[in-house]
Amino acid sequence: MSIRRTPRTPVELVGAEPGPAHTIEFDGRPVPVLPGRTIAAALWADGVLAWRTTRVGGRPRGAFCGIGVCFDCLATVNGRPNQRTCLIPARPGDTVTTQEGHGRADLAV
Amino acid sequence: MLTSPSDRYDLAVVGAGPGGLAAAVTAADHGLSVALIDAGPRPGGQYYRHPAPGLGAAHPERLHHGWSVFADLSARLRAHTGQRRIGYLTGHHVWTAEPGEYWRLHATVGPGAEDAAVVEARAVLLATGAYERQLPFPGWTLPGVVTAGGAQAMLKAGLVLPGRRIVVAGSGPLLLAAASSLVAAGAEVPAIVEATDYLGYARGLPTLLGNPAKLAEGAGHGAALLRHGVRLRRTSAVVEAHGEDRVTGVTVARLDRDWRPLPGTARRIDCDAVAIGHGLIPQIELATELGADTRVTPDGAVALAVDGEQRTSLPGLWAAGEACGVGGADLAVAEGVLAAHAVSGRPAPAGVRRRRDRRRAFAELMAAAHNPGPGWTGWLTPETDVCRCEEVPAGRIREAVDDLGAGDARTVKLLTRAGMGWCQGRMCGPAVACLAGDPQARADSRPLACPVPLGQLERLAERSI
Ligand code: FES
Repeated sequence: MSIRRTPRTPVELVGAEPGPAHTIEFDGRPVPVLPGRTIAAALWADGVLAWRTTRVGGRPRGAFCGIGVCFDCLATVNGRPNQRTCLIPARPGDTVTTQEGHGRADLAV
Repeated sequence: MLTSPSDRYDLAVVGAGPGGLAAAVTAADHGLSVALIDAGPRPGGQYYRHPAPGLGAAHPERLHHGWSVFADLSARLRAHTGQRRIGYLTGHHVWTAEPGEYWRLHATVGPGAEDAAVVEARAVLLATGAYERQLPFPGWTLPGVVTAGGAQAMLKAGLVLPGRRIVVAGSGPLLLAAASSLVAAGAEVPAIVEATDYLGYARGLPTLLGNPAKLAEGAGHGAALLRHGVRLRRTSAVVEAHGEDRVTGVTVARLDRDWRPLPGTARRIDCDAVAIGHGLIPQIELATELGADTRVTPDGAVALAVDGEQRTSLPGLWAAGEACGVGGADLAVAEGVLAAHAVSGRPAPAGVRRRRDRRRAFAELMAAAHNPGPGWTGWLTPETDVCRCEEVPAGRIREAVDDLGAGDARTVKLLTRAGMGWCQGRMCGPAVACLAGDPQARADSRPLACPVPLGQLERLAERSI
């Protein structure tokens, strides 16, 4: 058995050899994504922790529970607001935009 | 599509975590036709969450405890699905259950009006697991503050970390497990901040000695943490997270026995993420909505009441795993196997029953040791958001209680909107109840267990006229 040095990343820990990265767009800039990651995981991997501002205080939010329960990780994905990014796998070419408030600015009432 | 009523199963299992998997494959072994319904894309549930295939993980077991149990269960699942003895439905969120000689489970599989599915089965077994209990503190809404379970989940499935230097805090054994996987994956954990003193375990010495595997598991985490120089601060809590747009540090204070912060003990720890949790809450609304009996666990959570064979109070409805009280994967597997035997009308192996009883006793001891003390509200300021979705601060909730006379979470909700947002009170419920001085833990009752497109509700209404 070969000697394993202390892993420095989760990818090293499990000896992952991911397929080639693809790209999604977050607020107009490209973000590389390892295949199989959710949108929230892709953003965390890129150092982004917030992709929504709240309705009342305009405060930044990102993933909190990571399992689809808290709805803090909502974003606008390919034009659809209120998508739980911790549950949605990132697909090549997806466009993710920071969601402001309830994400329905287009419905101005 | 509404699936055709000819798809009738002997047993429908909701949830493909350790308990649900064990139940489904055991029932199929006994010749029952089984539907295994799960919201996730892959079997394993939250506990055996593992990397998506595209990530090409050669050693997923390095992020898990007891991986061989899962490997065995999933191999048996493959064999049974291959033989069509188990219909395995992924991506199905069950939102309500109708009892009857044949139960009807309604699931949503997508956003369209057509994306509805109905599964009919003579018996139903709920293995719906749990989510984390959160107690708010100033700064807990800052990006970078995540749940301990969420940090685990994102790490196991996505191989990502929320930061490099992560304070792990709250209460309960999940903290040790989370911290040890975070350090194994390369994060620095400057401290684990645990509100209890762990002395609560000492009262249950015989129970501890009856569960050597659980002790070994704890010792394993402990050794890994020691190796990485992680410090366990007992009887302490994170009482504030600091930062503007993301967390940059926390204040940790020592607590008295009731979890009241002790003046003059505050210390600052720099970090770029916080993983926090205060135990787990059974996810049982599918059953409580129908009036199933519940019990209050020693940590003040509400779980389904089951008999010695995992039967709930509703005929034809069974439960296994965290839904019956949080106790870990081992217990869930034993309960799943027991329930499957009972549903198939076979006597369960005595060894499984013994293991279930021992692990259940351990779970109750653990829950008692980590029961949140009432003094935690002492770290709230009037501005601290308690309800994350509706941004309702503690001050407004206290106003509803003190000035308007609200005495329970439901009245507070009606007066302040706390718990009316997207998560339907799953994050703030326990905290609001505590602030309302609600003495008796109550079962959540939600007619819809997850968001359902209106078009699907409309189709259901058409059908039932
Ligand atoms: S992070 Fe909680 S729902 Fe996505």
